Amino acid sequence: MGRLDGKVALVTGAGRGIGKAGALLFAREGARVVVAEIDAALGEETVAAIKQTGDDAVFIRADVSQARDMERAVATAVKTYGKLDILYNNAARIQSPAFIENITEEEWDRILAINLKSVWLGMKYAIPEMLRIGGGVIVNTGSKGGERGMRNLGAYCASKGGIHALTRVTAMELAKKNIRVNALCPGIIATEMVATSPPEEIATFSANIPQGRLGKPEEVAYAALFLASDESSHITGQLLVIDGGILINDPQMIRPQDSK
Amino acid sequence: MGRLENKIAIITGAGDGLGQASAVMFAKEGASVAVVDMDPVRGMKTVDMIKNQNGEAMFVEVDISKEDSVKYMVEKVVDAYGRIDILVNSAGIFIEATAINTTVEDWDKIMAVNLRGIFLGCKYVIPEMIKAGKGSIVNIGSEAGITGWENATAYAASKGGVVNMTRCLALDFAKYKIRANCVCPGTTETSMVKKAIDMAPDPKVARRFFESRPLLRLGRPEEIAAGILYLASDESLYATGAILSIDGGRTAGGFNA
Repeated sequence: MGRLDGKVALVTGAGRGIGKAGALLFAREGARVVVAEIDAALGEETVAAIKQTGDDAVFIRADVSQARDMERAVATAVKTYGKLDILYNNAARIQSPAFIENITEEEWDRILAINLKSVWLGMKYAIPEMLRIGGGVIVNTGSKGGERGMRNLGAYCASKGGIHALTRVTAMELAKKNIRVNALCPGIIATEMVATSPPEEIATFSANIPQGRLGKPEEVAYAALFLASDESSHITGQLLVIDGGILINDPQMIRPQDSK
Repeated sequence: MGRLENKIAIITGAGDGLGQASAVMFAKEGASVAVVDMDPVRGMKTVDMIKNQNGEAMFVEVDISKEDSVKYMVEKVVDAYGRIDILVNSAGIFIEATAINTTVEDWDKIMAVNLRGIFLGCKYVIPEMIKAGKGSIVNIGSEAGITGWENATAYAASKGGVVNMTRCLALDFAKYKIRANCVCPGTTETSMVKKAIDMAPDPKVARRFFESRPLLRLGRPEEIAAGILYLASDESLYATGAILSIDGGRTAGGFNA
């Protein structure tokens, strides 16, 4: 008896990292999964991995910042599996680090579109399908950057803080319609996104995290599973923090380049 | 394979409400449960419920506001089960009063049970978790611990203390692979809440007030227990210091009209 038996889930950015771990775990727990990913090779790999264990998945190429692609991703779920129960908005990009006044307009628009607009687009197209079947669950991916400042990541933090606010509003609007909306708030997780940080910074991360290590993608995936399943039926509009203790420690990582 | 296979869990206040629902759920997931309560009749009922589903449980009669009683609790459980993997601090009391209507005796009583009781449990269980090399503590706070409630000053103050104490526990003991997280229920169908409704001047109005949250209903004990289970289990190994509200959306932002 899987914890998502009979459910159909759409997972964005499921080609690698946290999204891939989420897609695999959801499928293992009985969901049929639509793998939405901008990189076709990675997306097909995730589908193959799911099918290898006898579970069910289908790939759709999607640039989550494009309305057309998100509409198509939702339509793929309905066309292939007849409905959509779970939307897991995971896809995101980290910005090129820059002080606020040095962020280019192109970079601001790119990060806000891929990270924040995508979440709204996913919900915009998923909600009518969920209303049609009388209920559903939305899991968004926020970040510790949405709750605390991170120097040189202003656009990224704005996009993630926006996701937290959007989650609360959507939860309130849909509460009476049996659709729950919550957000994950991961800390620093061992993914390719984090590996793009400067090496001298990565070395300092663990020392500043109370648990002394980065998180594993599977650990975020299990949090997503809890929020996506009926077990969290009385939870809506909330942030679930999985961060090894960063938010309660507020480590002051002062770097040499911070003194301008 | 249950989600708490081979785990040893202490659950305080397990004779009723959230504690009882958690104890039953934990046992179903493979844990051996020490059912802790002040009331032996209710405590033994929980043990019977667990044994009727072929689970493992023992009852320990404890007053968590008393240091000696908490020490006795830890000795009994370690004697019987060898170690402690999980501590769920669920025992708590509620008194309805504003600041000027709260007697000093009631203030002290609330603090002794709700806040000091959790401190004492942690004080004596954590050394056992350090010996075992790991552990998971789930403290039951409240919506009243993170936002304002009318007529509940001492209760809210005690729960606010529980919330922030949880963060400090998480910080101090992370290096021992011990986690501490906090579940903040809203209003749940328990005898504590039923009593508050029944004793209100107008119970219908009181019930509607308690149900005023986006999901428009009270929570069920099993719904709170499901969150406690997630935080107690190894699925949440990277979560520590987290405050999880299971409140039908109240703290997402106000009431639905």
